[in-house]
Amino acid sequence: MNSIEVNNLTKKFGDFTAVDNVSFTVKKGDIFGFLGANGAGKSTTIRMLCGILEPTSGDALVGGFSVMNEPDKVKQNIGYMSQKFSLYNDLSVEENIRFFGGVYGLDDDVLEERKKWALDIANLKGKETLLTGSLPGGIKQRLALGTAVIHRPEIVFLDEPTSGVDPISRRNFWNLINDLSAEGTTVLVTTHYLEEAEYCNNIILINAGKLIAEGSSQNLKTNYLTNTILEIECERVVDTMEILEQQEFVDETSIFGNNLHLSVNDAYKGDTQISNLLSKQNSIKINRINKITPTLEDVFIHLLEKDKK
Amino acid sequence: MTARTRAIAKKEAKQLFRDKRFLGVLLFFPVFYLGLFGYAVNFDIHNIRIAILDKDNSYESRELTNSMLSTSYFTLTKNISSDGEIKKFLDQKDAQVVMVIPDNFSEKLHSKQNVKLQFLIDGVDGNAATIISNYVRGVALSYSMEFQTEMLARLGKNVYSPIQLEPIFWFNPALESSRFFIPGLIAIILIVTGVVSVALSLVKEKERGTIEQINVSSINIVELLIGKSLPYIILCLVDAVFILVLGYLLFGVVVEGSMLLLFITTLIFIAASTSIGIFISAISDSQQVAFSIALFASLLPSVILSGFVFPIESMPFIIKIITNITPSKFFIVLLRGIILKGAGFFAMWDQVVYLILYIIIFLGLASIVSKKKEKAA
Repeated sequence: MNSIEVNNLTKKFGDFTAVDNVSFTVKKGDIFGFLGANGAGKSTTIRMLCGILEPTSGDALVGGFSVMNEPDKVKQNIGYMSQKFSLYNDLSVEENIRFFGGVYGLDDDVLEERKKWALDIANLKGKETLLTGSLPGGIKQRLALGTAVIHRPEIVFLDEPTSGVDPISRRNFWNLINDLSAEGTTVLVTTHYLEEAEYCNNIILINAGKLIAEGSSQNLKTNYLTNTILEIECERVVDTMEILEQQEFVDETSIFGNNLHLSVNDAYKGDTQISNLLSKQNSIKINRINKITPTLEDVFIHLLEKDKK
Repeated sequence: MTARTRAIAKKEAKQLFRDKRFLGVLLFFPVFYLGLFGYAVNFDIHNIRIAILDKDNSYESRELTNSMLSTSYFTLTKNISSDGEIKKFLDQKDAQVVMVIPDNFSEKLHSKQNVKLQFLIDGVDGNAATIISNYVRGVALSYSMEFQTEMLARLGKNVYSPIQLEPIFWFNPALESSRFFIPGLIAIILIVTGVVSVALSLVKEKERGTIEQINVSSINIVELLIGKSLPYIILCLVDAVFILVLGYLLFGVVVEGSMLLLFITTLIFIAASTSIGIFISAISDSQQVAFSIALFASLLPSVILSGFVFPIESMPFIIKIITNITPSKFFIVLLRGIILKGAGFFAMWDQVVYLILYIIIFLGLASIVSKKKEKAA
């Protein structure tokens, strides 16, 4: 069953097309990763799916309701956490929970139960009276998630929930997302962190408002990248990259710390081709050349480069 | 009131009470303005500093001096003795007016000749100079009449004045400006408080992004706006009561008319102020911008164009039309009517209609602007 069905969704601001004819579907209970650079149109898409921004054309069914025609019904079935964790810093933890419970129209008994749950997931039991502004970022973000789903929505939209949060808090946060998904909640999440995308069942990548890839992370790595990826550990990484970029058999290069990733095409004849070029002609010392399975980052750099051309 | 409106109002009130500085400003503001307009700004002129050069030094000249100083309007700075000192006194602002009694004053009076009495008035403050000139003319004239009556009586003739002027000022018998100011002050304080606080509290949510979070809940815009404004409406009412009580205690201003009518019209005015605040929040994206616009839009027109200080009747035609931009203009008419005259609803119903018109216009504009912005953003 599909929780979200997006059909040719488009949003124009004047002459600028922020979201261009995007279509995808999200299955119930999935964790759906929504990737793209800043300004690619992720937030605009999410805001349309939440029913707070009217599409220019196209439509989407969210929880079975059209965002074009029934945005109010859409709102009743979703939770949303925007980029800035939208809590009131000058209210206490409990006051924030009660406020959002009240805004969603929860009864007192339900609110009491959900309050306990939200305090539990944010590790804030016994700290209800703390001012929210004094909480560390990771805790605040979990509390924000708790308040965003205080009314048990079927679908949750998380817009860059982990930006500016330390790696351990991020890990904890993803555990929460997994729990939600295990309970049957559909989660659509945008992120910049490609390693986070690995946790998603399905991923789409958009660039300049257009959808350029979709599938599971495994699919993306095999379907979109036919080239072999080599990892080279060597001296003078930047010089090496400049030399290799000139070669016929190299399509793309990118630097990963002391390593260089090369995407090589059919003209590539084996490691000796590179060692000859580097060691003999340019006297650069090579420590290691491996063939590796591409990371999502390799795939995305490849896709974005291709899209540019 | 729906549960959602209540949740919003409760949250807003909590935030307001937590922000002690803002709350302090909102409550201190009325007291400050009451003090400012009640005591400092006073359009009655008392204790005009007068220096007297009495060259005659006769019984008559002293009589004239006494009648001048026996009113509360003049205080004697000094009896000066030479013409040379006059300039010094006026230059140093030791005296606002110098009365020069010529040396042949009594002699001329008794020989039935015209005497010229000279008053030298500091004309730098034109307004005050006009008032002083009216006062001295009055005193001189009444002395002249008295003297004339006395002279004729001595000759065995009765004199009668054909017209005796007996002006009685209704609603403000002593013509005290504090009585006149307090109703206007209520309007100014309420409009500034209402517009600024509502505009700021709405823009704050926009700035922090919390409005997005509220928008995705199924709350509708009416519930949101009522919930957000409610605490400030109550605060404005408290302010109004506060000013009325202080006005009574400090200046003895009593509400002559119906309290219920006063309450209802005040509520309508606060609603109009709130609508302006909502409109300002729609056109501004940061708290700084909202604050500047809100203060500019609420304070200046209410002080200058509302008839609070300057009577609208004496303004040029174009300015008269511009005075309609502030709802304070209409509310001040209502307040003066209810508080000073005890007037009823039917004497002033048109003013109430104007206020309601403001609510409709500004809420309408706010909704048009936000719809446009939504499309463009």
